[in-house]
Amino acid sequence: MSVIRIQTPITEEIAASLRVPDMVLLSGTIYTARDRAHKRIIEMAEQGEPLPLDPKGQVIYYAGPSPTPPGKPVGAVGPTTSYRMDPFTEGMLALGFRAFIGKGKRSSEVRQAIALYRGVYFSTFGGAAAYLSKRVVRSSVIAFEEFGPEAIYRFEVKDFPVIVTNDMYGGDLYESALQQ
Amino acid sequence: MKQRTIHTDAIREAVDRLLYQANFELPEQVSSLLSEMKHNETGEIARMTLSVLEENALIAKNESLPLCQDCGAVIVFLELGQQVCIAGGTLNDEIQSAVAEAYQKYYLRKSIVGDPLKRDNTGTNTPCFIHTDIVPGDTLAVTAYLKGGGSENMTALKMFRPTASIEEISDFIEHSVIEAGPNPCPPLFLGIGIGGTADAAVLNSKKAVLRDLSSGNPDPFYDDLEQSLLARLNRTMVGPLGMGGTSTVAKVFIKPEATHIAILPVALNMNCHSLRYAREVL
Repeated sequence: MSVIRIQTPITEEIAASLRVPDMVLLSGTIYTARDRAHKRIIEMAEQGEPLPLDPKGQVIYYAGPSPTPPGKPVGAVGPTTSYRMDPFTEGMLALGFRAFIGKGKRSSEVRQAIALYRGVYFSTFGGAAAYLSKRVVRSSVIAFEEFGPEAIYRFEVKDFPVIVTNDMYGGDLYESALQQ
Repeated sequence: MKQRTIHTDAIREAVDRLLYQANFELPEQVSSLLSEMKHNETGEIARMTLSVLEENALIAKNESLPLCQDCGAVIVFLELGQQVCIAGGTLNDEIQSAVAEAYQKYYLRKSIVGDPLKRDNTGTNTPCFIHTDIVPGDTLAVTAYLKGGGSENMTALKMFRPTASIEEISDFIEHSVIEAGPNPCPPLFLGIGIGGTADAAVLNSKKAVLRDLSSGNPDPFYDDLEQSLLARLNRTMVGPLGMGGTSTVAKVFIKPEATHIAILPVALNMNCHSLRYAREVL
């Protein structure tokens, strides 16, 4: 299995080079957002309010970490199930976000939107939260602190492992798995 | 019958120990089952995934990082001997406050909202959900079981006609596991509650996975059914985390119960690969 190293933010060209089931190691900045943060970002965009971050080419990690213990950069932080963010994903792509990291299947609407906006959906290891936290170098809350674990965190990651799960060409890792 | 007194302070201390253990230490039998599955996998992604899960358990234990960022809804099962007299505070309040304290002290994620529609986080991971069985004897067994939202959302309940065949029930189970796919984080510990009323079947599907992992079903009929379901589900190719492979289900546990002549409830508890619970007898 070949491993591709990518620096964030992700350009359209880089996203276009990715195919199911490429293994990717991400380095750079990524942002967490779960259900409530998605709802809020889309509402802010609709009302013309300034967003808490510049979406262009950015990577969203569907995750809510456990509290950061003393002396550690972050708590345990694995992916949450992605389909709950399906209703917001096209809107997020339209704002300029390029890639999403989570776990589990996406709707056909999301898969079409990924093709249309030339994005990519990665999955990472569900339930491997202690393992994945070791790939996060720094973390800080940048928005919606009142949401607790559902706040937006900025993570600096080094070689954060993800697998291309839905590419812009219609490839779907989970469907291919069942056809083996 | 001689009464025995157990103080709520001892129960609080037990709850604290159990929550630490369940959040940071994958039960030994779960680890060995996962590593056994890795040896039988041939796919590269499947093997890599199972290796990552093994490493995750080591890091969690050695560095006191929770196994999963979703530290769960806490479900407490009490088996309360009828000769036990509880001294000290109110049993429910003491357990709730022990849970809140542990989730604060051990840097565990608070994932409970106080109202299902208003959805404000209580900030304490309480209330926990307590189920009590009154049993013979003078001991109190406390089990803390953690259930993450991703796997809980894949819970299934179907009310079959009482004349349904085992084949129809097996089809439903297979269909549900394939439909859930990656979402509940397989390899699954699949608890199946059959019979009872709808509520009993769902509760039994939770209790089912707490059976000793090295034991089969005490009823040979259900033991055979567990084995055949396990083999069938591992032919689906869902695989570890849904990415393909033969390790879709680690173990099947069936808990049957008496039921009504008109009904046949079947409930599925799709517990993720990290079966998190701990038990102590006071």
